[in-house]
Amino acid sequence: MERRAFLNMSGGAMAAMMMPFGRAIAADELIKPVEVKFKKMLADTAMTAATQAGASYCDVRIGRYLNQFITTRDLNIENVTNTESAGVGVRVIANGAYGFAATSDMSPDGVAGAARQAVAIAKANSKLQALGVALAPTPGVGEVSWATPIKKDWRTVPIKEKADLLITANKGALESGASFIQSLLFQVNQQKYFASTDGSYIDQDLHRLWVPFFATAVDKGTGKFRSRSDLGTPVGMGYEYLDGRKEDKIKAAGGVATLYNRSYDLIEDAKAAGRQAKEKLTAKSVEPGKYDLVLSPEHMWLTIHESVGHPTELDRVLGYEANFAGTSFATLDKQQSKKFKYGSDLVNIEADKTIPGSLGAVGYDDEGVKCKHWDLIKDGILVNYQATRDQVAVIGEKESHGCSYADSWSNVQFQRMPNVSLKAGKKKITPDELVKDVKKGIYIVGAGSFSIDQQRYNFQFGGQMFYEIKDGKIGQMLEDVAYQSNTQEFWNACTAMCDERDWRMGGSFFDGKGQPMQVSAVSHGSSTTRFNGINVINTARKIG
Amino acid sequence: MKILNQEETKRIADKVMSLSKADECVVTINGSRTGNIRYARNAVSTAGLVENTQLAVSVAFGKKQGTSVINEFDDKSLAKAVQRAEELAKLAPENPEFMPTPDKQAFKSSDTFSKSTDAINPEYRAQVAAYSIEACRKKGLVAAGFFTDQSSYETVANSRGVFGHQSQTGIDFTCTVRTEDGRGSGWVRRDAQDVARFDPRAAAEVAMEKAIRSAEAKALEPGRYTVILEPAATSDLLAYMFNSFDARSADEGRSFLAKKGGGNRMGEKLFDEQVNVWADPWDKDIPVLPWDNQTLLARERMDIIKNGKIASMNYSPFWGKKQGQRAIGAPGNILMSGGSKSTEELIASTKKGILVTRTWYIRMVDPQTVLLTGLTRDGTFYIENGKIKHPVKNFRFNESPVSMLNNIEELGRPEVLAGDESQFQLLIPAMKVRDFNFTSLSDAV
Repeated sequence: MERRAFLNMSGGAMAAMMMPFGRAIAADELIKPVEVKFKKMLADTAMTAATQAGASYCDVRIGRYLNQFITTRDLNIENVTNTESAGVGVRVIANGAYGFAATSDMSPDGVAGAARQAVAIAKANSKLQALGVALAPTPGVGEVSWATPIKKDWRTVPIKEKADLLITANKGALESGASFIQSLLFQVNQQKYFASTDGSYIDQDLHRLWVPFFATAVDKGTGKFRSRSDLGTPVGMGYEYLDGRKEDKIKAAGGVATLYNRSYDLIEDAKAAGRQAKEKLTAKSVEPGKYDLVLSPEHMWLTIHESVGHPTELDRVLGYEANFAGTSFATLDKQQSKKFKYGSDLVNIEADKTIPGSLGAVGYDDEGVKCKHWDLIKDGILVNYQATRDQVAVIGEKESHGCSYADSWSNVQFQRMPNVSLKAGKKKITPDELVKDVKKGIYIVGAGSFSIDQQRYNFQFGGQMFYEIKDGKIGQMLEDVAYQSNTQEFWNACTAMCDERDWRMGGSFFDGKGQPMQVSAVSHGSSTTRFNGINVINTARKIG
Repeated sequence: MKILNQEETKRIADKVMSLSKADECVVTINGSRTGNIRYARNAVSTAGLVENTQLAVSVAFGKKQGTSVINEFDDKSLAKAVQRAEELAKLAPENPEFMPTPDKQAFKSSDTFSKSTDAINPEYRAQVAAYSIEACRKKGLVAAGFFTDQSSYETVANSRGVFGHQSQTGIDFTCTVRTEDGRGSGWVRRDAQDVARFDPRAAAEVAMEKAIRSAEAKALEPGRYTVILEPAATSDLLAYMFNSFDARSADEGRSFLAKKGGGNRMGEKLFDEQVNVWADPWDKDIPVLPWDNQTLLARERMDIIKNGKIASMNYSPFWGKKQGQRAIGAPGNILMSGGSKSTEELIASTKKGILVTRTWYIRMVDPQTVLLTGLTRDGTFYIENGKIKHPVKNFRFNESPVSMLNNIEELGRPEVLAGDESQFQLLIPAMKVRDFNFTSLSDAV
């Protein structure tokens, strides 16, 4: 479930505490990492205590999560917060059951105590357990490290420079037509140390960045208001993402917008947003009916996330998420039949935790499994799922997919979505060529409203900008557009896609799952893709 | 860290404020002990207990503000927290909309603490899970659920003499029961401040009965129907709408409460006259803290909708000052008046309609009209001549709570409830509503 509640966050002490980010610290303390030697000693202490208490397996995650977020409203900076959260989570297996305990007390006594508590919980849980937990083997890798490849560390960029960038962008939007704008800069650094009784000691340094904005144009005369959000994306990159390099700019089909690949021009996009938010106020309201949809990667990522990412999570398929997020239509019998047509022959969807710049890219997952890529849908057929060490045996595999993740040291790790992406087409096609043979269609740029049922059949998506396609040409802007479809019907209506020159990623910082809920960051790539004969509804209403 | 009492938190807050050299200082301390048990496939999957205490210090030099949050409480750590907040305040640009923290005021305490909830132990949690698991095993059903209990406190203080401290408790239970063949699914939610009011066996029975009755669902054509919406079917829809009661957004023309030509729709009749909604921190069923911890302003009993008319909107201190309106603490609960009928009695008086247990994955489609989309889930039934005739396939809806509250036929007995994604404590009735707009069918069970 993709969450958007963060947009309500503004100033104040309580807002800082409510961010899924932890406690605040001064900027000068952000850079110093905790020494690896110290982390190894703590991990060994916890593992020894757990083993002595009767654990057959133990893993220790020592986390230090550093973040900075800056929130703005129009020409004002509302808040600047630096946060830190550090602590240790210990997971064990004892008597065939899991136990987990966490502590912010990073002393040998503190972690040993947490380890013993985890074993006690495992033993208590084992009484209600029908089958024992079995982990697929994963090789111990010894002492290794991995870091997100970044060029500019956000921690070293002065706050003034960042504040100026945001305010310049806001000013650009306000001057070009927006009545209001809110923008935020999220910057994340996760220093994660993983150790397990399999003999792994893995030190990772992860970086992420995101600059969402929300520009609104108001026509006081008619009482109408419309908004346009950013066309950038959250990334697993450093501050260099905001360089806005010329070679990373892409012309949308018909030249209706500038889109961005490996770097993002915030100021340019904010100016365009002001203009386009205003244009939306007088855009033609869509005629409901069947249309061929041409979807940009800035839109596609969310449709992929909801209609392929979630249904292929093995824990959902098995029923572990039944009480909240739900189950899945993509049941085991469908995968085992090797005949289930999830999509048309063109549809090839891959899970991949190794793509540079993506939110899901790490060296090793939170169970110490080396990251990799694998097929979920091949030539339209459902072939696999996303699984962790305790799950892969269910699908007859011997090696975990490396999909384990916890959003904090204080939460237990569980199955989370890797980057799930639609492969680019093999035939050389540009977005303009993709539109050429569409008689009656809509080109959708950017992600908007989204909703899908608990088994992932029926969905409805909006977007940021909609353009009419008539006889192969992109025409006027449309409004009040949402499309409704069924996952299998939709993916089987996929008739063409652009080649790898047009392939790029979008993503989310806040994919929510589990009880208590944890958030996870994930990217989804695609090229511009066409779906024929999809049901479009008109969302304009009248009230009071 | 142990749960701190009023004297202990007052000592800490005073210490922090005495260390600050800033023009003003606000301290918030939150401590909680949260227990949970989670189960699926008729077995416990995880159980845990998390204790957490945090202290937030917000300081301001003129219109420059900084915040830091720590979870250590020795003198050295407190000094460090103040220093960090002051450093950040000095780095931050000036905010022209900055408002000073409020002057000294009294908070009238509310009854938010229950001893029986505070005393919940792991055995009790295991028993809650066991009731539904064992009952489901016996009937060939599959249970998945989550029970969580919390005992917590909040302290707020500022350098102008404001001080408040109060303890609170609460439980939340959800359980989904599915038939083994996956063709039936039922659900229940129970929320209470006092666990003595929670009956886990009776709750599990509701989910089991709905699971059994919802199998063999028939498809009905999408369209406009009279619906009976149980409280869990409207909780998130209402929460979305009440999130839009911000006066500033309305005055700026970007909310459904904006008036054409400028200003807001205060006093206008937007809903059926049966609709009466208010907030009350001292309500006996869903009491909340008597202050708003974002602004440190006292909450008050306030009418929000009176006989279908907009009776109040939320003013931030900045916007209140600008518009010459009094800012008061933003509400923590939402209460809606109802009737005395049970859901069964509402069904009995319905000729033709659909009973909705719950709605799910609700998102804003158009904030101009608060048009929301989402789906029914875990128990949707066709009603004919006062009786449930058969289960029906789930629907997607595209509907505005504004229209929904205009189309009310009859209201049932209010129930205490938390929403899936709502920050409000709710006491809302089941509603019989005409012309609810279902736009497509879903195969999901």
